[in-house]
Amino acid sequence: MTAQAGGAPTASGAPGTPTTPAAPTRRRGSGLAIARFAVARVVGLVATLFVASIVIFGALFLAPGSPITFLTHGRSMSPEAVKALEHEYHLDESVPAQYWHWLTGVLHGDFGTSILYHDSVGSLIASRVVNTVALVLFSAVLIIVLGLSIGIYAGLRPGRLAGTLMGTSTALMAVPAFVAAVVLTLVFAVDLGWFPVFGSGSGLLDRIHHLVLPSVALALASVAFVGRLTNAAVREELAADHVQTAISRGLPYRFVVRRHVIRNAAVPMLTVAGLTVAGLIAGSVVVEQVFQLNGLGSFLVTAVQQKDFPVVQAICLIYVTSFVVLNTLIDLLYSFLDPRIAVGRGPS
Amino acid sequence: MTTPLLQVEALNIALPVDGELRTVLHDVSFSLEPGRTVGLVGESGSGKSMTARAVARLLPPGARVRGRLEFDGASIVDLRGEALRRYRAGDVSMIFQDPRSAINPVRRIGDFLTEALRINGGMSSRAAGARAVELLAEVGIADGARRLRQYPHELSGGLLQRVMIAATLAVRPRLILADEPTTALDVSTQAEVMAILGRLRAEYGMAMLFITHDLDLAAAVCDETIVMYAGSVVEQHRGASLHEDPLHPYTAALAQARPDIDRATRRLPAIPGYPTTAYEVPPGCAFAPRCPHAVAACTTQEPQLVPIGDGHSRCIRAEELRGRMLTGPSTTEGVA
Repeated sequence: MTAQAGGAPTASGAPGTPTTPAAPTRRRGSGLAIARFAVARVVGLVATLFVASIVIFGALFLAPGSPITFLTHGRSMSPEAVKALEHEYHLDESVPAQYWHWLTGVLHGDFGTSILYHDSVGSLIASRVVNTVALVLFSAVLIIVLGLSIGIYAGLRPGRLAGTLMGTSTALMAVPAFVAAVVLTLVFAVDLGWFPVFGSGSGLLDRIHHLVLPSVALALASVAFVGRLTNAAVREELAADHVQTAISRGLPYRFVVRRHVIRNAAVPMLTVAGLTVAGLIAGSVVVEQVFQLNGLGSFLVTAVQQKDFPVVQAICLIYVTSFVVLNTLIDLLYSFLDPRIAVGRGPS
Repeated sequence: MTTPLLQVEALNIALPVDGELRTVLHDVSFSLEPGRTVGLVGESGSGKSMTARAVARLLPPGARVRGRLEFDGASIVDLRGEALRRYRAGDVSMIFQDPRSAINPVRRIGDFLTEALRINGGMSSRAAGARAVELLAEVGIADGARRLRQYPHELSGGLLQRVMIAATLAVRPRLILADEPTTALDVSTQAEVMAILGRLRAEYGMAMLFITHDLDLAAAVCDETIVMYAGSVVEQHRGASLHEDPLHPYTAALAQARPDIDRATRRLPAIPGYPTTAYEVPPGCAFAPRCPHAVAACTTQEPQLVPIGDGHSRCIRAEELRGRMLTGPSTTEGVA
């Protein structure tokens, strides 16, 4: 991906001549290259989502038994009643036609009707999505602020404290969210009573209070992971030749750290932080279930248990979409942080 | 005699490797007068870069430095904090071997050239930008304003090295440390960069410590050449006669290992054996195991740097071998 020699024409001046006579015009417009890069990424995003929608829809048919069995809950029904049900859920049409029905509905914001609640899936999800978004955002802030701070500190000031931080991080990385959730609940909710054991709370402050333990449980392993990788990235940049150059030029240490070490380490740092935050969407399912937060994750678990397919499909699609969109955003951010990335894809 | 700008005396440096200190420089002494050029020549690992890094105070953490290292009469070893920063910012400037790794790849050429002007020189962004364009013109880059907006990967290696030299000029230091500035470049670009460096150095009267493994280049550029082997100075030679009148068998062997433009050679003679590192130097002369002229005394007696002709040699047989070391490539051919 790097554009080492790709866009770098050789020196044009004749040997010994002090002035180069008007060097050949180099490929202009890195802005254009970035735009092309962005378009390619968005096309890739749409293609990924299309494939994902087929897989999610197809999962309905991969599940054992026909959808009718789930709709009738195994009771025997008259052929007319079954026909009526099949017609209601478009099951009497061909599979591609069914998919098309579902897809056009989704694209118009209509996720269908919940089999269990007989209510629009859209409104059922809308009432729960806030809790999940709040949980993921809270965790994301923890990961970015704590993970990057720990990593940068340990990278710049190696020593006993940095070693302890990194050692603790290694241990924490191995703790799954559900274990963290149980331990945190036992210590901070049951023993110390500082935080509620479960529930979402009402009102802004109460909600935040309720979100502390779930967010920490969700973020803990990721904070450690991002911290370790940030530490490695900072140390690598500190040892880089261009940082030596900057130091040899007598630039103040703080300036060198900010402009050369952190700035360059930002590429791997933000990539890892971004991908980890995208991964939280999946992790939130477990944490919501443990803390009984009424969010998308616990709704998904219930819907799967009760074979409420329209709800499962809708939530899966939302999960996949947010993950893929976040990934694309990280890719685009990456090309802004490292000028070599976008140009590397352009013609040379 | 002028007072030296740079005075290195009995410099010993050891670096921590796997928990033990290993010698990388052993008893290195030389001096550099204002406006003059001294060359450091040797194979990889001979300590030439380490010497320059010691002068720039860029040694890895944990390095142990013994001996005297003085710039303009003041010790460099004791510089701390703000004084060290001022020394690096204004007195010495280093040109690195590979400009592509020595210049931050994610910042623009303009950022690289102006940061020292703005931060250390206190110039405004606009003034620094204008100055950077002037500096680029001095190193033969005419369309400076456009170059300032480009990223390092958009420039060739030769252009980047000129940018590096321009950055050095911005400071107009009294001493340039050029660490193999042309090694990463192709031959025609090399000549170009050396021409620019030579012209500007003469114009502004800057002294230069020039590190290279190219004997001919050193002889052409330097007022005095120092040949290093295994962390020690083995020969010190004034003028351009280094490869015609070597004073140490190692220099002679290096001179014979070069291709000659006037003579067809089937196979270049190589120095037999491998270069030794300073910390595993055997008793006696470090070069003795590879030396075609070694005698029994060479392996027992540590040679001292003794004056001979217009230079110094660290060889006990220097006087008797003088003029007979270059006996033609046939003597060493086939030994490797």
